[in-house]
Amino acid sequence: MIEWLLDGTLAALLLILAIAVIRASGLYASVVLFIAFGLLLALTWARLGAPDLALAEAAIGAGLTGVLLLGALAHARPERPSNTLYGYRWPAALVSMALAALLIRAVWPLAETTQPLPAQVMTELEASGVSHPVTAVLLNFRAWDTLLELLVVLFAFLGLRQLRLAPLAHTEPWPLLAAWGRLLAPLALVIGGYLLWRGTSAPGGAFQGGALLAAGLVVLRLNGVLPALSWRQWPVRLGVLLGVTVFLAVAALTHAFGAGWLTYPVAWNTPLIVAIEVAATLSIALTLALLVVGEPEEVHP
Amino acid sequence: MTQSLLFLVVGVCLWVIGLYGLLRVRHVIRRLIAVNIMGGGAFTVMVAIAVRTDPVDPVFQALVVTGLVVAVSATAFALRLASAEAHCTRRRESRP
Amino acid sequence: MTEWLVWLSWPLLLAGAFFFIAGTVGMLRFPDVYTRLHAVTKADTLGLGLVVAGLSVRADSVQAVAVMLLIWLLVMGSGATACQLLGRYQREHEAQQEGRDRD
Repeated sequence: MIEWLLDGTLAALLLILAIAVIRASGLYASVVLFIAFGLLLALTWARLGAPDLALAEAAIGAGLTGVLLLGALAHARPERPSNTLYGYRWPAALVSMALAALLIRAVWPLAETTQPLPAQVMTELEASGVSHPVTAVLLNFRAWDTLLELLVVLFAFLGLRQLRLAPLAHTEPWPLLAAWGRLLAPLALVIGGYLLWRGTSAPGGAFQGGALLAAGLVVLRLNGVLPALSWRQWPVRLGVLLGVTVFLAVAALTHAFGAGWLTYPVAWNTPLIVAIEVAATLSIALTLALLVVGEPEEVHP
Repeated sequence: MTQSLLFLVVGVCLWVIGLYGLLRVRHVIRRLIAVNIMGGGAFTVMVAIAVRTDPVDPVFQALVVTGLVVAVSATAFALRLASAEAHCTRRRESRP
Repeated sequence: MTEWLVWLSWPLLLAGAFFFIAGTVGMLRFPDVYTRLHAVTKADTLGLGLVVAGLSVRADSVQAVAVMLLIWLLVMGSGATACQLLGRYQREHEAQQEGRDRD
């Protein structure tokens, strides 16, 4: 009964917040409400048996996206108050209602049906080299997808580099904030490392750990503790490219000497996965941090 | 009605609310926020599908983990594009 | 022994919930930023502290208690820092506004 009360309250709050984000009268209010929405979403996922996803969502969805949006507000054109929402009220409502009805009808039976896939993952788990099924899927059964996802993140960063903008003027950080950031940084490091280490046997892994480390880096940079991060520095380049490089090297080696592209030899399962995970964590953390607080190079017209 | 079903429906509703916002708001940052709400809805549907079996379906959770990282990268790129566009327009307006 | 501890935890949990609700009402009803900050930070610190105390009494292991205490300390630190920042921002904002009015 109490469980239902909590679930129902969460569901209602999520829907209300989503509507409030869309309808908020000011741009700033909309961004702040969206951050609250992200945190509530994280809480919901924690209820749904995914604590590591919840942590990643709190760090990425609420933290990094929030910083990104607030930074973009400074560059954006101001919104005229009269046209927060414009025309097409009824057509938009009609289309949304119809789609909602169709989709709910489509997902309704999903709650009952089951798939053979989870059972297959469980039976193959022994041979994968790790004992946590999510990590096994990410880095063994579907390693191809993970490699491509790392590439997507890398391409997003490279694309961002092409759009050069005058850097935002950083205000001098307040000493209290800087002190608190300094205190939090080692904690973020420890928790990020712990999530990575835990990933082979329990919820956690490269993406979650990387997201947390990225959040820590962003906090440090915004407090002025870290120097500016820029593509020109070779450690930054190395860190950003490390994940994809290690992944591709493993893939090429298994292709040349082993059973095939990304099919690990059984005896080497665990060390290979751990190596890829460590490299991927560093790359994800650094790339995400650069996406959020990377210094755009000076514009030379 | 199970917990999985409740959040399946909530996820669909979030996606539709995001879509409605996308159809009706004009400012580029608001549009990106609306797209992100749609993304949150889709992820919630996947997390809810994952929880219907015991133990939890690892394939869907893996999809959500990578999806989160890709979504924030895409948002960062889109926001930078929007800022660049605003910057160019401002420069063109100031120099007729 | 354990029965007795469970009963002891209830007043603590209820008091914690009361402070959270009072803080929320304060945030919604108080007139300006400073009083709202006062209400919210009180709720965070005292409400969460009481809830943590209530749950610690029921906890199975010392480790769980330590984790909850750590969470409480972190939330308290973040709350105090955020409160300082918001208050300071508001003060500077008001000073700017006054300067503009005088001109």
